[in-house]
Formats: sequence, structure tokens, C-alpha cells
Amino acid sequence: MSDATAPSPTAPTSSLLKQDERTRRRNRAETRFRAYGMAAVIVGILALILLLTSILSNGLSSFRQTFITFPVTLAEERLDPQGNRDPAEMARVTTFGYAPLLGQSFVEHVQSIGIETGLGPREMAAMISDEAPGQLRAMVLANPELVGETITLELLAGGRIDGFFKGRVTMASAERDNNVSPEQLLLAEALREQGVMETRFNWNFITAPDASGQRPEAAGLGVAILGSFYMMIVVLVLALPIGVAASIYLEEFAPKNRFTDLIEVNISNLAAVPSIVFGILGLAIFINFAGLPQSAPIVGGLVLTLMTLPTIIIATRASLRAVPPSIRSAALGLGASKMQSVFHHVLPLAAPGILTGTIIGLAQALGETAPLLLIGMVAFVREYPSAPPDGFFDPASALPVQVYNWTQRSDPAFVERASGAIIVLLVFLIFMNAVAILLRRRFERRW
Amino acid sequence: MSLAKLTVSALAIAAVSATAAVAQSRDNVQIAGSSTVLPYAAIVAEAFGENFEFPTPVVESGGSSTGLRRFCEGVGENTIDIANSSRPIRENEVATCAENGVTDIIEVRIGYDGIVFASDIDGNSFEFTPEHWYLALAAELPVDGALVANPNTNWSEVGDLPDQAIAAYIPGTRHGTREVFEENVILQGCEDSGAMEAIMEINGGDEDAAEEACMAIRTDGVSTDIDGDYTETLARISANPEGIGVFGLAFYENNTDRLQVATMSGVEPTVETISTGEYPVSRPLFFYIKAAHIGVIPGLKEFASFFVSDDIAGPFGPLAAYGLVSDPELAETQAKIENEETM
Repeated sequence: MSDATAPSPTAPTSSLLKQDERTRRRNRAETRFRAYGMAAVIVGILALILLLTSILSNGLSSFRQTFITFPVTLAEERLDPQGNRDPAEMARVTTFGYAPLLGQSFVEHVQSIGIETGLGPREMAAMISDEAPGQLRAMVLANPELVGETITLELLAGGRIDGFFKGRVTMASAERDNNVSPEQLLLAEALREQGVMETRFNWNFITAPDASGQRPEAAGLGVAILGSFYMMIVVLVLALPIGVAASIYLEEFAPKNRFTDLIEVNISNLAAVPSIVFGILGLAIFINFAGLPQSAPIVGGLVLTLMTLPTIIIATRASLRAVPPSIRSAALGLGASKMQSVFHHVLPLAAPGILTGTIIGLAQALGETAPLLLIGMVAFVREYPSAPPDGFFDPASALPVQVYNWTQRSDPAFVERASGAIIVLLVFLIFMNAVAILLRRRFERRW
Repeated sequence: MSLAKLTVSALAIAAVSATAAVAQSRDNVQIAGSSTVLPYAAIVAEAFGENFEFPTPVVESGGSSTGLRRFCEGVGENTIDIANSSRPIRENEVATCAENGVTDIIEVRIGYDGIVFASDIDGNSFEFTPEHWYLALAAELPVDGALVANPNTNWSEVGDLPDQAIAAYIPGTRHGTREVFEENVILQGCEDSGAMEAIMEINGGDEDAAEEACMAIRTDGVSTDIDGDYTETLARISANPEGIGVFGLAFYENNTDRLQVATMSGVEPTVETISTGEYPVSRPLFFYIKAAHIGVIPGLKEFASFFVSDDIAGPFGPLAAYGLVSDPELAETQAKIENEETM
């Protein structure tokens, strides 16, 4: 075979036990690659930790709020000058009539428990939230018999006072702040020792509607959560059936030709269209053309449906494709029609994947703000939408919109509230994603 | 099959309820427009909801021009009832309105807004004049009969000011505030410093071109346009304590623990100095009512009257407490709404 006669007396040039230069280089490359991967993961984790600590440290305090408890005398000559308890007449006394009453009762209570303060009555009254007169008025109008009585009320403290107990406002900052004085903080401290003021968990942050820039302490997420919930219902009811039907048709029934190829390319493209484009579309079609109301969850839901559809279709088609053809063949072989084979065998097996895709699509829609900008949902809304189906047409806000709104307010207390809203939004997202993972784990089948 | 049935019934429900909604009438007032007026409108809307049987109006932001554009889209429940604006409505906007059938517009001036210059509370204090701002921010300055690129980079170079690098955060061009800043500060400074005359000498007496040259802001990074809100300006100043930002008086009043305000021509901006007109940089704020909607949208007129009532917009009302400079001629505005006087 070989006429090279010279035998090779020397030992083989390479050994498996001793690495040559080339192997060492390859091993080094692998080590480097692993290090890059680790670094990428670490950077990701650090970013997440940074984000979470910043949000949690800013936002957790928004779930707690400072309240003042004191007896309020509901003077008849102020609230019902005629004295006949006629609700229509009593309604003429506005919140501007109730505010001094609260201030006066508060000043009297502070004096009665013997706290010395150099503050004037006006400055003391300023420690109560502007929300309080409205609450008191609603309460008195609902129960006119309260007039003339003295009732003990638990009312919100002003935003700056609340900030003091949460560490946001300090004596040094109060010195320079036009809206609060160190004397007010000293009084607040004394009142807390007496048990008149208390900082505790505040459900109203989750249930109350938004409040104006003057009352950060009263602002809540109620309308936003309800609005987001309504939109998600609309998205689920519309996007799931349409998306699933479209995918089943495209995957199982449609002929493979240029036209269906075109549709396929378009669906993939739609998934990548910036969401604001869907907002423009929604404004043009649903509001200007179809005449649906502005700021309404139905329009938001329709816009988000358009946005979510491609996601659902792609996920559904992928999970339909993952069902082995043998299942279809077996069903057909036993005499099932094409439709029976799809609905009785393929669809149930693909369901976990479809549900996962839907939930992930919904989660994406839940966090979307840009398309809502154009259809009037980025707004100051204080009325709760009514129960469905009418509620779908009432003005509402949405969770990410509320975050966006609050970050624009001038009062620093809204920073805390915006972070609190982000926490609520994250909790919802984590919950939805957890459900998606759970469904997949529980029902997924592998072949 | 149940899935198919479900699909059909869901679509049917959606279709039916959508038709029902078109027939259903709107019972809340819809407002959109200037982000400067937004906080005031929100305060009034909140108090209105508390004190009246009507639902709380919905207030959207978006800027004066956007608000007026939507206002002029036509008459009907799908259009807004009130547009907030930080500037008077323009001729061409009135024309667009008329084209779309919005002919009866009630103009309501709610008060005045001061524009203040503020910097980090621990930094240097400033006493500005419009001239300082012109010399600091103009794109080109006239020097010896020719326009040259603005060489100033330190406040001490433009006048008797502290030795501090010029870093200005001014509102972007989409804000109504920018217009006021250019006209009341930069143009004023251009005239005061004599640069206006010098530019007119260079360009041969063309006054319009000279004004334009005066108001051209440098783009070499010394001045930064802020397209977001005042919260962004504040964040920029926190990041760069040498920065000086342009704010609304109300925003400054809410953040006096972090900002110090500069005087302008020796006058400190306060509600008093702005209402007397001593402080030079201020502008009126407006809202516009679609008269055709009065009587159709419940509570619209009541809301407008409530907005300008003494309890709300007066010198001791909540709007003044938030930073709005109340209008001395409020009584006239109240009468105007009462009589539904259109423009």
C-alpha cells in the first residue's frame, strides 16, 4: 500500500493525555464562551434586582397611609341652616362649607388633648387631606340625621404629613418646603404618640379612584384596575375565538397556495407592528367611523384585540403543528371526518399551548399604554365604570396608563404612588404568567 | 362544536352591545388639551363630582394644539365638549372649527400661569434679566456687523452672574410654554441688549427676519429641549445640579424643597407679582366650550360656571393654592358663561 519504507520509530506526535495547542485553544474558547454567558445572565439578574429594589423601595409605602381620628361636630347652622333636613337644601352646602367645620373640630381636639403648638388654625387644618370634606359631605347627605351630632371620623392626613411618617419628608426638607412647616411635623409627631394619627395598611390605594394633583394621599387604582379588567374580558372574548378559528383554518383546512402564504407573512408582520399603529387604527375605525365612545374599555379592548391576535394565532398554529400527524391519520382512518379529527383530537391536545399563548398575549396587552393614548384612555377618570355590559362603554382608565399619569404629576408623593401602581401591575403579570406556566406543566404532552 | 357555538354567540353579544352603545347617550363631560391646564381641570372636575349630582368629567391631556384639533372635529357625542389651552385659539383653528360645524365657541380665561426659572436648591442663586437669557441661548449673536455662532458657555460671560456653566433645560417646541419663553424672554432680551437693531443693520432692516434670528435657539448642546413634562426637567436638574430649568409656577410651588427660583428683572415670581404684572413672564390660560353641546351633555354649563366661580378660581380657592394666578376680571368671565356669549 505504501511504499514509504521508513518506519516511524518515534512515538506518536500527539497524545490523548497531553493536550496539544489546538485543543487547548478550543477549550479556552469554550471557557470564554461560558464566561460570556454567565456575564450576560448576571447582568440580566442585576438589572432585574436593581429594577425591583427601586420599585419596591419607592412603592411599597404607597400601600400604607396615615389617618387622623378625631371627633367632628356637625353644626346644624352650617350644614342645614333651614333645619328641615331636606336633602336638596342640604346639598347646597358645598365641600367649601364642610372644610372649615373639619378644621375647627380638629383644632378643638388638639387643644382638648393638651398638645401645645404654635400653629394657627389654618395651618393645623391644612394637615387634613383635601379629600376629607368631600367624604364628610357624602356621608352627611346619605344620613341627614347626623346633623347636630358629634361623630368620630377617621380621615386621611395630608400628603406631606404622610410623607413625613414614611421618611420622604424630613425636618430639613420641610424647612424649605412651601407646603409644610417643621411645626406641622412636630405636631404630627405628637399626635402620633397620642394615637390620634396612625399609619396603617390602606385598601383605598387599590379600590379608590384617581385623585387630582392636590390630593396624592387619596389617589387609588380602582378605576384603572376595573378598566384593565374590562379590556381583558373584551380581548379574551374576541381574540381567543377569532384567533383559534383562524389558526385552525389556516393550519388544517386551507389549501397551500400563494394567497395563504401571503396571509401567513402578513400575520407574522402584524405581530411586529408597533402598538401605537393599532391605536391610530382604533381611533380611525372604532371612534371616528363606528362612533364608539372615547375613553371606553370596549374601544381599548378592540384595539388590544387587534394587537394580540397575531400573537395568539402564531402560538396556536405552533401548538397545532406540534400535534403529531399520526393522531390525525388515526382519526381519519377510523372514519372520522376532517372536522371531527380536528375538534375531537387535535384541538384538545393543542389546548395547553393555545391557552399559554393566549395568556401571554393578554399579559402583553395588559401592560400596553401607547395604543390607549390615542383613544382617550390616558385621562383623569374618577367615576367607576358600571357593571358589564354597560360598563364597557363608560369612561375608564387602565393600569399602565395610571402609572404614566402619575409620573407626570408635580407633587413628589405621586412618585411613590406610581411605583405602587407598577407593583400592582407586576403582581398581575406574574400571576398571569404563573397560570400560563402551570397550565403548560399540567396538561402538556410530549411525543 | 361547543367552541364554534361559543365563538358565534360571543361575536353576537359583542355586536349587539356595540349597537346598543351607539344609541346610548353620553352623560359625562369630556375635556382634552393642554397639559398645563390639566391639573387645574382635574382639581375642578374632582370638586365638581363631589358637589354635584353630575358624574365627574373626564379630563385628558395631550397638549393645546391636539386638544383644539379634536375640539374642532365637529359637533356630536363623539367629540369633546371642552378644549383646554395654554394659548388663545388661532385664526386657522377657528376656521377649521367652522368648516366642521363648530361655530359657537365660548372662550373662558381661567387665570394666569407664571413661567419661572429654577435651579438646584443647593446651587448658586441667579438674578436674571431677559438679556442674560438671550445672550446665553441665542444661536447667533451680532458681533461687529456680522452674525457669529454664540460663543458663551458660562453664565459669568453674559452678565453679572455666578461662575457656572450654562446648561438650560427649556420646554420643547410642542409645548405652549416654549412660545411664551421665546417671545417674553428671548425676544425681549434681544431687544433690550440692542442685538435686534444690530441684526436689522446687518440684514438691511427686515424686522421679521430679525425677530426670527433673535428667537433661534442654539442647538450645540448648551440648551436642551425637554419634550416631556416638568417632572423630566426636574430629573435633569437632579442629575446635573448646574442646570437651570424652565417650570410652571405651580410645579415649582410643589417642589420648593428641591428647587430655588431665580428672579427676573429683579422680581421674584409669586402669585402676587404675576397677578399685578410685575413679573414679566406669564401667560393666560383658557378653555373653550362647544356651545352646541350645552343642554345636550348634562352638566356642561354647570361645570364651566363652577370652574370660574369665586370658590374655585378666586384668589383663595384651590386653584390659587395650587399655583394658578387668579384673574382679576373673573366676574366678567362668570357673566360670559352665564349668558353663553360666543366668540
